[in-house]
Amino acid sequence: MKGWQQYWRQFSLFALLALVLTGCGKDELSALKPSGPVAAMQFDLMKLSSAIMIGVFIVVMTIFTYVLIRYRKRPGQQGIPKQVEGNHALEILWTVIPFLLLIIMAIPTVTTGFALHKEYPKEEAVQVKVTAHQFWWEFEYPDLGVATAQDLVLPVGKKIQFVLSASDVKHAFWIPALGGKIDTNPGQENKMWLQADKAGIYYGKCAELCGASHALMDFKVEVMEQADFDTWVANMKGVQAKEPVTATSPLAAEGQQIFDKSCLGCHAVAGKGGKMGPNLTNFADRERVAGIKAHTPENIAEWLKDPQKIKPGNKMPNLNLDDTQVKALVEYMETLSVSEKK
Amino acid sequence: MSAHASHAPNRSGLWDYLTTVDHKKIAILYLIAGGIFFLAGGLEALLIRLQLMYPEIEFVGAKTFNELITMHGTTMIFLAVMPIIFALMNAIVPLQIGARDVAFPFVNALGFWLFFFGGVLLNTSWFLGGAPDAGWTSYTTLALNQYSGRGVDFYVLGLQIAGLGTLIGGINFLVTIINMRAPGMTFMRMPMFTWASFITSGLILFAFPAITVGLVLLMFDRLFGGNFFNPDAGGNVVIWEHLFWIFGHPEVYILILPAFGIISEVVSTFSRKRLFGYSSMVFATALIGFLGFMVWAHHMFTTGLGAIANTLFGLATMLIAVPTGIKIFNWLLTMWGGQIRFPTANLFAVGFIPTFTIGGMTGVMLAVPPADYQYHDSYFVVAHFHYVIVGGLVFGLFSGLYYWWPKMFGKMLNETIGKWNFWTFFIGFHLTFFPQHFLGLMGMPRRVFTYLKDQNLDMGNFISTIGAFGMTIGTILFLINVVVAAKSSKRAPADPWDGRSLEWAIPSPPPEYNFVQTPLVRGLDALWVEKMAGNKGMTPAEPIGDIHMPSPSFLPFLMSLGLFVAGYGFIYHNYVVVVIGVLATFACMFTRSVKDDPGYHIHEDELEEKGVKA
Ligand code: HEM
Ligand SMILES: [Cu+2]
Repeated sequence: MKGWQQYWRQFSLFALLALVLTGCGKDELSALKPSGPVAAMQFDLMKLSSAIMIGVFIVVMTIFTYVLIRYRKRPGQQGIPKQVEGNHALEILWTVIPFLLLIIMAIPTVTTGFALHKEYPKEEAVQVKVTAHQFWWEFEYPDLGVATAQDLVLPVGKKIQFVLSASDVKHAFWIPALGGKIDTNPGQENKMWLQADKAGIYYGKCAELCGASHALMDFKVEVMEQADFDTWVANMKGVQAKEPVTATSPLAAEGQQIFDKSCLGCHAVAGKGGKMGPNLTNFADRERVAGIKAHTPENIAEWLKDPQKIKPGNKMPNLNLDDTQVKALVEYMETLSVSEKK
Repeated sequence: MSAHASHAPNRSGLWDYLTTVDHKKIAILYLIAGGIFFLAGGLEALLIRLQLMYPEIEFVGAKTFNELITMHGTTMIFLAVMPIIFALMNAIVPLQIGARDVAFPFVNALGFWLFFFGGVLLNTSWFLGGAPDAGWTSYTTLALNQYSGRGVDFYVLGLQIAGLGTLIGGINFLVTIINMRAPGMTFMRMPMFTWASFITSGLILFAFPAITVGLVLLMFDRLFGGNFFNPDAGGNVVIWEHLFWIFGHPEVYILILPAFGIISEVVSTFSRKRLFGYSSMVFATALIGFLGFMVWAHHMFTTGLGAIANTLFGLATMLIAVPTGIKIFNWLLTMWGGQIRFPTANLFAVGFIPTFTIGGMTGVMLAVPPADYQYHDSYFVVAHFHYVIVGGLVFGLFSGLYYWWPKMFGKMLNETIGKWNFWTFFIGFHLTFFPQHFLGLMGMPRRVFTYLKDQNLDMGNFISTIGAFGMTIGTILFLINVVVAAKSSKRAPADPWDGRSLEWAIPSPPPEYNFVQTPLVRGLDALWVEKMAGNKGMTPAEPIGDIHMPSPSFLPFLMSLGLFVAGYGFIYHNYVVVVIGVLATFACMFTRSVKDDPGYHIHEDELEEKGVKA
């Protein structure tokens, strides 16, 4: 092991320590707790560059502190300090050293850069088409024939090839713990790949100002074992092939009627319905309501009564439902599940 | 009428300032206007931080929040720090090169009034149905009609008018510095602040046309359905980003280079040493200016330009660290071996060094594209650019204001208040922005009006808001200091700091003609050279004689007012008003062209001290 590598180790340790002291954030969210190869590569680059930079900072601060203490004007000091024009050797030194440091950073920058931009065909990666809308996310799996919204479901340990776009304004797709980030441009397609190495829930965000509820444009990533993922796909497909789930109780049946009348124009359930709003086929399995609120009947009811209150500026109108209608709808929506677990 | 009137026109008070073409008074106008906008931008920042003090609170709400961040960013960049830079450039650059005036005094006044009316137009949006809310970058499509209200029209027209003012101001300084230098003031004897102003003006010349084009296209899209940026009609959203950042990135250097110039002057004066490595400083400044144009796409790493473009722009960006590093070390070595004094001006300069170094460091980190995919549009970026523009630029401006206040106004700022000003601002600053680095890495996107409770983002945001109060106190202390100085009856001496460059060779405040006799410059640090030679002042390069002065004029004000009116015409689609406004402007231009205005002379025997009255 070469000497300078030792130093990096120490600096990154130091940097890490500083981070630990301030807390690294939440596992599901923080870019400092990578849970997949992309985030890990990015984290390595962060550590390398911050280590080099902290090294530079220490040098600057040492000289700075020394100069300020040593050369402050003392009372009664006489004479005029020597007027130094410059010093070629020194000036060359502090041109060349930063240059070398930059080269050290440039090499992994280039290699990682190209690695992250690789595109994986469908034999090697699950293809997911992401469309961002004000203020929700649509996910389609063209090769698997399923679609969902708000909750992105992924198998563990496999490469995921994303193709991303937006239907209205520009947004940006960001899952810090898995890797960041790419813009979704209306009228264009961008590509990015990610991979999750641990099953669990991760938080995703919209990172580009996209209107009033930009801050609330969160989504959840549910990473599951391959077998569970396959079951999920099969269930989704099964449901999407048939008619919507038949209601399980009279109240739910009432809810379904209201839903078919007032909601199906925008929201798809199973194979049927509009694409203006999020696909609700697996709504009952979702982590969150509207991407942000805990999945409770109260929160669903609150959303139905006044969507603008929860996400200002979103495109769902207030349907002026009364309490009994809301109750029936909630009951029905809680039956929209594809997993046996719930 | 004889060709030359022989008396200075007697004007006073407000009328004097509305018609002045004296660069020192224009400096004061820029300072007052920039100061007011700075307070507006600061108030907006405070409201933003209050909204983010706790998670999920309702304080200003989502829409107002977006208006606040948009107006805060736009105001701070275009309407606050730009004009304060122009204030210092106007007040000091002609003095530093031993000139009687700027090259085009009339154009100088026009530049100010255009900026001023543009800024006022933009800010009236608050009262006329809502401010722009698409961010200071106004990315399309969000900034198109379908997705945002009339506020963005105010953005487009306000910035267009203000930008014209900045552009002609920059051209004026280029010509002034090239043409108006005193005998012996070669380029390589110019003080660093003048050098920085020169290069900044060059950047303005090349950068502003890009935003002008962008704004015209956006205006066509919004007002006339131009569809340049509308993807549904074959437009392209990424083009706006390019145009914006081809301007926007150099803009950052337009802002920071003058601050570098100020720091060089202040550090050298208060160390009683000449600037270490002067020629490498000049070289580094020019190189930063040049590279500043080559790297705009580093704001667009996540736009999807591809691996090759991202890598090249990333590497080019990193290169800027080299000349910037040269500057930092040169400042350190200027202090090395000196006799360092710490009045407030130098406290800000010294506080600048570590703060700006941190901003530069995170800048290099951001230049690594794969890592930037994580930083981009997160609070890490907010922390970074505030370390650069507040920790660098605003510290530099405070330093410059404390340093040159006696020269501009003939009054010293109070040192005790000054030190409190520095420490509250400095500590408040780091408290505000240091935690934001971590907030970003922990997953907080920027421009969010709130954050959820369960995401470990509470602590950092709370500390950050507390810090904003510290900065507020610092700013208020500065205002108090200004009032105290204005009230004090003590006049500042011509050379309070044992200065080195030419501006300290004439009285504070300078007479309207600056130098009675144009000085002869015999080296770098012209005044210091004479001091070391045992001379009491500069050696004159000409005999005493009548001094020609340009006459004041109300036309710049009227011309800008015309465009201001036309601006509202465009915003409200009332083309009669547009025609009236534009015709008024053209009428003024016509008057200016045909009216013979030879200026006036100050006679030899009248040459006593005619200071600017502050
Ligand atoms: C009192 C000191 C200041 C405070 C507390 C402050 C705080 C903030 C905050 C909280 C944001 C919003 C970040 C986000 O969510 O994206 C922001 C944005 C911004 N600030 Fe400041 N700021 C201050 C001074 C300045 C100054 C002096 C400048 C420039 C000279 C400046 C330039 C900007 C810019 C360009 C933005 C981006 C606006 C946008 O995203 O459209 N700030 N600031
Ligand atoms: Cu969004």
